[in-house]
Formats: sequence, structure tokens, C-alpha cells
Amino acid sequence: MTEILALDEAVAGLVHDGDCVALEGFTHLIPFAAGHELVRQGRRELTLVRMTPDIVSDQLIGMGCVRTLVFSWGGNPGVGSLHRLRDALEHSWPHPLEIEEHSHAGLANRYVAGASGLPFAVLRGDAGTGLEGRSPHVAEIACPFTGERVSAVAALHPDVSIVHAQRADRSGNVQLWGITGVQKEAVLAATRSLVTVEEIVDALEPRPGATILPSFVVSTVSCVPGGTHPSYATGYSERDDAFYASWDAISRDRETFLAWMAAHVLPGAGGITP
Amino acid sequence: MSLGHATPAPPATTDEIMAVVAARELRGTATCFVGIGIPSTAANLARRLYSPAVVLVYESGAIGAKPLRLPLSIGDGELADTADVVVSVPEIFNYWLQGGRIDVGMLGAAQIDRFANLNTTVIGDYDAPRVRLPGAGGAPQIAASCGKVVVVMAQSARTFVGELDFVTTVGHGDGPGARERLGLRGRGPSVVVTDLGVLRPDPSSRELVLTAVHPGVELATAKDETGWELRVARDLSTTVPPSTYELSALRALVAEREPRR
Repeated sequence: MTEILALDEAVAGLVHDGDCVALEGFTHLIPFAAGHELVRQGRRELTLVRMTPDIVSDQLIGMGCVRTLVFSWGGNPGVGSLHRLRDALEHSWPHPLEIEEHSHAGLANRYVAGASGLPFAVLRGDAGTGLEGRSPHVAEIACPFTGERVSAVAALHPDVSIVHAQRADRSGNVQLWGITGVQKEAVLAATRSLVTVEEIVDALEPRPGATILPSFVVSTVSCVPGGTHPSYATGYSERDDAFYASWDAISRDRETFLAWMAAHVLPGAGGITP
Repeated sequence: MSLGHATPAPPATTDEIMAVVAARELRGTATCFVGIGIPSTAANLARRLYSPAVVLVYESGAIGAKPLRLPLSIGDGELADTADVVVSVPEIFNYWLQGGRIDVGMLGAAQIDRFANLNTTVIGDYDAPRVRLPGAGGAPQIAASCGKVVVVMAQSARTFVGELDFVTTVGHGDGPGARERLGLRGRGPSVVVTDLGVLRPDPSSRELVLTAVHPGVELATAKDETGWELRVARDLSTTVPPSTYELSALRALVAEREPRR
């Protein structure tokens, strides 16, 4: 049965130091507020899994929450680099960061295998790249039927997957639509899950094409309206492109970054969003 | 100002030439997998000028996106709102891309070698990077499975290198037969559009050959800005400059890309 909790209680109960935590949302529905709560609670030594680490990952890395980043594309889309990620990799600030990287298809299929209860998934296209051999979770195998060489990627099972969605009902059934990314697979692959939502309603109105996460696969729901800003929730908000652009200057310098986090995210700051 | 004496539009910038020439490569394309940046600009320009029915596919799962303004990110709401259908990320890669349903992929890169293999991962040593780049994203599978690939990137001795610092994406591997050995079913990069000219792989050796230079670009410059001994086509041509029609369509498209507040 899904618990409905305030965000701070939910994060405190679900996420522990050293956990493998997936934060998913492919440009759309990125769980920013939950990421900020991880920062506020001072979580450490996390393995952060995120296909497209962007600003929320930059914030978690810059605040020293992450020991290992598992990812497939790390950047500020259309703007440029993630300066905190680069500072961690290029200068070990605030401490060394381990990485395990994949192609998008590789990491997406690791979630698919995890959600499917299979040991691995197969795909083409990683063969011959430098990705093979860098990750202990990518290997070449032969098709047992034709002998054809394909890549295998190991199942991924996060301790906790955290996603944001448009709405849930009071039982904890979640409805998510628009660009649905890899969130369903991330939740189904995980041991525990937290879904932050724009609103909790008495009854979910059926929507064609929407993804439903039934309450029995959702550990906890927290109502956090606007909890995806500067990302967006289709039907509720628009992407704050201007903030994505402004992050470049905020994050470039360590002191400016820390001051911004103190003013906007850390306990006593004005709120969860700028 | 009297009619007929209007100030002429400023000449095309190098980015504009790249976008227009890349867009021309999409003539007759039915389906195109689009990355962000100049590839997205070129694909959307092609949809307006040459291939109005082209189905633009974005890795966020938007199939048949028809954005009115250029997206800042591959997951902009505009792409989903204007798409024929939106599918999940595993589905877009497994069924649509890997399934061999996309004609053309467009990619950029930080480094390319003579066989059009691409690096978007790291400059310098992997474990002690000089510059850490975003990584693979969709590129390895786009290059593996699209019918062909159009690469768009600026050309310099730093980007056209003898040896990649990291092979993120296999183009033509180490030459003939490499793609077949690796199980890569698409034909791989068919053209590289740069700010200096156009290169295409030799049909037998798979090595990139300079087939055209843009107007005003000296052949010597193209050679100097290539980190290997550049092969040049015997019938080297000069790119047809962007027409007024192409340039005004491109500028209108880019002008619409103002960040939403």
C-alpha cells in the first residue's frame, strides 16, 4: 500500500547514505524538488543513476552527495557543459567522482532488464565503441540461435527510484503523460520508489497514452506542486529555458554555486525553486 | 529607402552554410532522427524547404514532431505537443531506431577521424580528462541503425584528428567490412558537412574524401585543418552558396528560437 507523505519524511524514510538512487525524467518531469531534499538532508556516498544528468545532478554532485554517477549523456541541453560535473571529473571537487557510462539505449535497456526480472538485455550499437570494456555491465555475447554478436547490458536494480508525475489518487495510483521517458521502467526495476506529483485527486480521469503506475508498485507519493521546476510537467507548467541558460553562469564558479544553493535550496532558504 | 535598393541581407555565416548544406542532404528523406544543435536546425529547415513530409524523430520519444520554433532540448514540450505519437525512451531506441525504421540520422561531434568515427566523450585521457564532454547519448545507436548518417561539425586540426581520444560512436571503424563485423546494420556516415566543405567516404576504402569546398575556402585551408593527410576528390567542386530563399527561411527559423520566460 502506498504511503502519502510530506517530501522530507518520504526522502528520510526511503533514501539512505550509500544507496543506489535513480532520478529519472527525460527533460520532462525531472524530480528537482526531491533532488533538493536529498541535498538538504545531506545524503552522502550515493550512486546516482540518471540517463541525462542535468542541473539537478550538477547540484547533487557539487554538494558532495554523489560517489558514483551512472549515466548516458551529461550536459545542459542546448546550453553547454555541466560545470559541477566537469569540476568533479577534471579536478575532483568537492571530492573524486566515479562514473559508469553507457549509451542511452544501453542504460535504458538496463532498466528494462531490471523491470523484466531478467539478468540482462541485448542491443546493437555499443560494439566497437570505447563504452565496451569501460563498464563492467556491458559485454559482447553471441546469439544462441544464430551466433550473431550483440551487446548485453546487465539488469539495473536501484535501491530507490524517484520520479515526478502529473497526479496520483489517494490510493497512490499514479498517472503520467507527455514525454514518459524511462520512468516506468525505473520504478519497476527498483526496490523502493518515490513519486512526487503536481496534485493528488479523488479519482484519476482516464487519459489516452498516459502511463499508469498502480499503487502496488509505488512505495510513497508526495504532493509537490511545481516540484519539477525548471523542468516542466505537461498540462501544468512550461520548461524554464531561461533558467537552464542562467545555470551556466551560476554553476561555473564554485563560490557562486555554493551561494546559490545556500540561497535557494539549503535549509532556511526561500524555497525549493529559484 | 526606396524599393529595389534594399540593404542586401548579410552574407551567410559558417554556421548558416553548414545548416543549409546539411538540410540539402535531407532532400527526399522520409524519416530523420534528430539531435540538438545544428542537426536540429538543419532537419527543421529541410522540413520547411525540401521535404515537408519528413517525419522528424527525437530520442525523447517524439515521432513526427512539427515544432514551430526550434527546440532548446530534445525533450521540449513543443516536440511532444506537435508529434504524431510519443513513445517511451526504451521504445524509441529498441523498436524505432534499432528496428531499422529511420532513414537518416544527424550527428555532431567534438572529434572525428578519417573513417568518420566520432568522439563526444572526452578530450585527453579518460581517467584524467582535459575536457569532459557529455558522452554517448543516442549517438552510437543512431550511427548503428539509421539507413545513413549526416555528420555536421566544424573542421579544424583539433577536431579532425589522426586518432580519437575516445571512440564514442563507430562510423566506418577501421575501414572496409568493419561495420558488418560489428553487426552495425545501417550504412554509416555518408557525408560530413563542415564549415569548410563537404566530405564523403570513398566507396571502397571508406576513408573520408573532400568532395566540395564552400565558396571562398581555399583547398590548402581544408588540408591544414585536417589532422591526417586529406584525400581530395579529382572533381572537387565548390558548394552552391545558400540562396536568398534558403537563408531567409533559416533566419526566420532561428529568430523564433527565443527562450520562453
